[in-house]
Amino acid sequence: MPQHRQGKQTIIFQNAPSIISSAAVVGPKEGRGPHGNGFDLVLDDPLFQQESYEQAEHTIFQEACTRCIEKTGMQKEAVQAMLGGDLLNQIMAASLSARELSIPFLGLYGACSTMAESLLLGSILVDGGYASPVICAAGSHFCTAERQYRFPLEYGNQRTPAAQWTVTGAGACLLAENTKGIAHITSATIGRVVDLGIRDPNNMGAAMAPAAADTLIAHFKDTNTAPKDYDKIITGDLGLVGSGILKELMDKNHLSLFEQKYMDCGLCIFDPADDVHAGGSGCGCSASLLSAYILPQLSSGKWKKVLFMATGALLSTTTSQQGETIPGVAHAVILEGG
Amino acid sequence: MQHHKKSAKQAVIENYAALVRRVTPKSKVGQGCLRSFWVGGAICVLGQAIADFGINYLGLTASSASTFASMSLVFITALLTGIGIFDRIARYAGAGTVVPISGFANAMVSPAMEFKPEGWVLGTGARMFTIAGPVLVYGIASSVIVGILYYFIQW
Repeated sequence: MPQHRQGKQTIIFQNAPSIISSAAVVGPKEGRGPHGNGFDLVLDDPLFQQESYEQAEHTIFQEACTRCIEKTGMQKEAVQAMLGGDLLNQIMAASLSARELSIPFLGLYGACSTMAESLLLGSILVDGGYASPVICAAGSHFCTAERQYRFPLEYGNQRTPAAQWTVTGAGACLLAENTKGIAHITSATIGRVVDLGIRDPNNMGAAMAPAAADTLIAHFKDTNTAPKDYDKIITGDLGLVGSGILKELMDKNHLSLFEQKYMDCGLCIFDPADDVHAGGSGCGCSASLLSAYILPQLSSGKWKKVLFMATGALLSTTTSQQGETIPGVAHAVILEGG
Repeated sequence: MQHHKKSAKQAVIENYAALVRRVTPKSKVGQGCLRSFWVGGAICVLGQAIADFGINYLGLTASSASTFASMSLVFITALLTGIGIFDRIARYAGAGTVVPISGFANAMVSPAMEFKPEGWVLGTGARMFTIAGPVLVYGIASSVIVGILYYFIQW
């Protein structure tokens, strides 16, 4: 068994890499949400003075990375690796940002699980002594996701009650070797791809919930812990339907106290009165809320140990139209204060 | 053995589908029907008023008046789509705006606007029919079939 591994899916970071800085840039609707004050920049206009929404998504992504690095007083040249991704085809927002920042880049695609995936892989690089500091980032944009996965913005259709609203925003974290920082990443659990036969692309919460449950159960088993050992257990964007299902699945597995510790970023990023149906989704959802809300709770000492798990629905419009079911994946990282 | 294993997996999928159905909120069908009925009806009344106006004040024949009504509704929808209001009305009205000719106009104009950043030819030109295209293909195809049937069976 590899020496840093525990159980079937979990990695233990011997030197617990630190998150030394974070930043989040979001659109106006996210800015009106309950955590609006936590973001570093709230845009007035989702186009962000660009010619297209794709350019806007890239600019938001890049702005989050730049601000995250600037906060430490470091130059971007000092950053040794960049890991990130988004929802655009061929993860162009991340790639174009990496072009501008010219930091050695590993592009990731984990759909909405990308933020946890980047933190997990970034921690491996830092913990193993391969790179430090490393920037991890993820972002999404409502307007680009709509045209890619659904309909043109001005097309007059109704959303189903289970549909979620893609977050316009990006979040970035800078990881470095164990030092005094905002939080430490002490372990991580790599998720399996789980598919229980959901075909409805308007119900991604239902598609992702089994993967979320699978990773959580694996993590608790591998680390011999239970929900009571965490101050908060946070999922990325299961939304109303997915988080309802996850609670039931946890109940079935006799994981008591889960519900009291549980929070979903998708359910708390928007003002519920803002016509968002089942809540927020997209890589930017968990990524921006991590920086705006979760990390501040850890640095202030209000929370000591948090399980942060971003969830992704691995669908493409092509496979979905061909009748393929929607596989889900979820990766968890454990964040501890100080 | 293989068969047994497969059915166990099938049972998990079926149980999960039942859980999803229970947790997923339902669309409000009654409210949706009422809203689409009154908005769709209002659009038709407006169309009729435009046609009557054409007959009584512009001296149009009945058939040109109905073309005039369709053109006017298409224009109004295109304008409302262009200034970003139509999708809000449609979110309220659902089928009430999709079924009349307004739905067709919106289905043409919205992708034309959406894909403009990709250029006039490969963006607007090529993608304009992404939503309305299937309606045209199957609408025209079925009208041809009905036309042929009508030729043989005069009713």
